[in-house]
Amino acid sequence: MSGHDHDHHDGHGHHHDHDHSELSETELRVRALESILVEKGYVDPAALDELIQTYETKVGPRNGARVIAKAWNDPAYYARLLKDATPAIAELGYEGRQGEHIVAVVNTPDTHNMVVCTLCSCYPWSVLGLPPVWYKAAPYRSKAVRDPRGVLDDFGVALPQQTKIKVWDSFAMSWCRCAPTAPRGGARSNSPISSPATA
Amino acid sequence: MDGAHDMGGTQGFGKVEPEVNEPVFHGEWERRMLGLTLAMARPGQWNIDMSRYARENRSPRDYLNRSYYEVWLGGLETLMHERGLLSREELDGGKALLPRKDVPVLKPEDVDAMLRRGGPTERKIDVPARFKVGDRVRAKVMAPTTHTRLPRYVRGHVGIVELLHGAHVFPDSNAMGRGEAPQWLYTVRFDGRELWGDDGDPDVTVSVDAWDSYLEPVS
Repeated sequence: MSGHDHDHHDGHGHHHDHDHSELSETELRVRALESILVEKGYVDPAALDELIQTYETKVGPRNGARVIAKAWNDPAYYARLLKDATPAIAELGYEGRQGEHIVAVVNTPDTHNMVVCTLCSCYPWSVLGLPPVWYKAAPYRSKAVRDPRGVLDDFGVALPQQTKIKVWDSFAMSWCRCAPTAPRGGARSNSPISSPATA
Repeated sequence: MDGAHDMGGTQGFGKVEPEVNEPVFHGEWERRMLGLTLAMARPGQWNIDMSRYARENRSPRDYLNRSYYEVWLGGLETLMHERGLLSREELDGGKALLPRKDVPVLKPEDVDAMLRRGGPTERKIDVPARFKVGDRVRAKVMAPTTHTRLPRYVRGHVGIVELLHGAHVFPDSNAMGRGEAPQWLYTVRFDGRELWGDDGDPDVTVSVDAWDSYLEPVS
């Protein structure tokens, strides 16, 4: 990964000439960290691989998509999901870390929901996987609570002026946004809750 | 603490820039960083609030110059250093100097159970909730020097209790190793104009998770 990429994904919005060396330094430090922790016997390399593999292959937005697909086809399940999302989601086997306490909210023609964590990066890992870089970066964390329409504009999404926006700044509970019904005429998106900001 | 991590409402960071077809990790070191952070929680025995405090407790310049996983690296270094698991000198030199501590280690066969268990924060307490849905409350004016989850932008402002979530571990206490001290947890809704005055959007509300002691009644 180049320094340019690093800066871009970082969301700092400007470029540092020394990024490449900074990045190499970080890479070297993490490499040294891993080898010393393994040497000391604090980290089992097989456990490390298992952890990484879990978040690369097992936990991701596909899980959330399955929850929503079930909700669209099963009104009783949908009702359970809105009433108490955590056990409803656990019915499909998705539970645990960063998904311990989930609340589901639904967009309506009048109300658009937006989820943020201004203090860190709280996110329902168990159903959406690890958060994307933009969700964790300063522009979104700073702007969502003050100018959510501006955030939507950054995504190229314009809502009717009369649409109300409910922003959920999450520090304890994880908030999942659900599309209320299945998209008509073919899926617009593979994952109906792939983004905490837009539709 | 009122650090750079408390970003709500800060201006000047520019546009939100989503990445098309974003990979889970941007480089091998991020992959390792996630794994090391999760793995070290077993020998380290710290809690999520201690982890968050270790990440945010740095100068604004340091915090803002780090990418997300670089903040994790800084946080993990602090936590290990505090517990005598790994000194900064050891990491700087890339060589083990301190003796190994007798601590539990995460085994590969325990990973799935650990992740499935997660870290639920709900607890039973005997105290009834002080507020009910619809009550008007004010977020207290406060400026603690240690970890808190009440962001600056709501302090002093009046909102409406929207949801009750039961009692949850109180991060301000748990982060400092002073016990879980569970309190009632609410979601409180603030109007855009209440938070941002005439510069706010009247059709926007912002709801925050707020523990009981962050709030005071408004008649």
